[in-house]
Amino acid sequence: MPQAIQTNELTRRFGTVTAVHALSLEVRPGEVFGLLGPNGAGKTTTIKMLITLLPPTSGSATVAGYDVATQQRLVRRAIGYVPQLLSSDGTLTARENLAVSARLYHIPGEVRRDRIDDSLAFMGLADVGDNLVRTFSGGMIRRLEIAQAMLHRPEVLFLDEPTVGLDPVARRAVWEHVRRLRDAEGTTILLTTHYMDEAEELCQRVGIMHLGRLVALGTPASLAAEVGPGATLDDVFTHYTGSDLNEGGTYRDVARTRRTARRLG
Amino acid sequence: MTSLERAARPAAWAEPPAVLRFVLDAWTVAEAELQKLAHDPTELLTRAVQPVLWLLVFGEVLARARAIPTGHLDYIDFLAPGVLAQSALFSAIFFGIAVIWERDLGVLHKYLVSPASRLSLVTGKALAGGLRALVQAAVVYVVAALIGVHLQLGIPQILGVAVVLVLGAAGFATFSLVIACLVRTRERFMGIGQVLTMPLFFASSAVYPVALMPTWLQVLARVNPLTYQVDALRSLMVSGGTATFPVPLDAGVLVLALVVLLLIAGRLYPRLAM
Repeated sequence: MPQAIQTNELTRRFGTVTAVHALSLEVRPGEVFGLLGPNGAGKTTTIKMLITLLPPTSGSATVAGYDVATQQRLVRRAIGYVPQLLSSDGTLTARENLAVSARLYHIPGEVRRDRIDDSLAFMGLADVGDNLVRTFSGGMIRRLEIAQAMLHRPEVLFLDEPTVGLDPVARRAVWEHVRRLRDAEGTTILLTTHYMDEAEELCQRVGIMHLGRLVALGTPASLAAEVGPGATLDDVFTHYTGSDLNEGGTYRDVARTRRTARRLG
Repeated sequence: MTSLERAARPAAWAEPPAVLRFVLDAWTVAEAELQKLAHDPTELLTRAVQPVLWLLVFGEVLARARAIPTGHLDYIDFLAPGVLAQSALFSAIFFGIAVIWERDLGVLHKYLVSPASRLSLVTGKALAGGLRALVQAAVVYVVAALIGVHLQLGIPQILGVAVVLVLGAAGFATFSLVIACLVRTRERFMGIGQVLTMPLFFASSAVYPVALMPTWLQVLARVNPLTYQVDALRSLMVSGGTATFPVPLDAGVLVLALVVLLLIAGRLYPRLAM
């Protein structure tokens, strides 16, 4: 039985730096899988290879059964992607943003309008559909982006740091919508995060990446049990990456995260 | 039903054939750009200030000086098509900055993970860049009429001007997109944009006839698409305007330049998201 995502020794080098090193991973259909790791661990690079934005240096991967290197268009039709940065256009209305996606995925005109109305309602944005997105709060933007990525009913949804920069209430709302989405559509979801509570809330299985390698893989509970009695996912994380969670990346990472946070906030 | 059973099903809707897809996708991208302009036309209107100054200040002064021989054509009539082309160029050449901005935001990634071909995405961007020039053209026409430029106002001439203008502006917008893909940051782009604009402008027949130029500059003017755009505009926009080349040749050069640039941009565009 084919997996929703399957990677085989997937590797990406930038010059002399190996961002992702021989990653072999399987994500099952319908599963919510969390890719954890400190900044610079290779999570975003992994996603970029899986969604065909970045060609692998070596190794291979399939998403929804299609090869990311040779069947890019078929992969793109089968996936939705919410980048860490902003993907909805602030200078368009929510409805216009959704319409652009609907048309690029060739959702026929007769169902397009209903589909857009439904997804606005599902994400709790029905009242603000005709407002410019730049007037939205961070949580509303994230929900719109998820709606936009789900409009064509993808097999696999990629969420890169879905709640970075959101306040606790907005985070809970996004989690709630992700869970409802999984239950309603059976979508396979791969998300990256460095919030351990987020992983525990949402993910059936998690993989921990450190310096481009997958260093741990399992359910949050089984990983915690391996580290020791009473261990939390935070402890698991520290155990495998040896890093303090709040140490926090390079200047560029910090600049980007703060910029994103400011725009979303 | 599991997710995989759904995957095994044929798609819920049929995809249009490839050629139609290309046109639809390009238009989707272009229309989104135009919607943005409709929501906030400020930028476009401020861009229209510059050509007005060129016509009212530069044009009026040089017309009085009679310093530039333009044959039987008044200098202001000679200049008006040049200013129109110039305003479209100056606006189009900074189009790439918006693309870098979209990359920094993440909007670009959204487009690139969609099944639309890269070529259709850049074609849509180019088309939007071209259509923006029409707003400036309207402003230039009004001002030109007010200061007594002998405009040709027949429908075929106006349509001709619109086509040539959109072709040229789309070409320069694509050129800008190519530069943006190569330099990748806003700061570097601003510098390079400034460096490119002036040579393109002055090594063309926009403000003086090519015949006045020293030989080396004439050679540059001959390979500069702006020269051909201005040449076509001069025959179409003003009465008694004389052109160096037939309009179909001018248009052919512009189409060729646009196609070549689009092919290059289509190859480079995905690199922005890497």
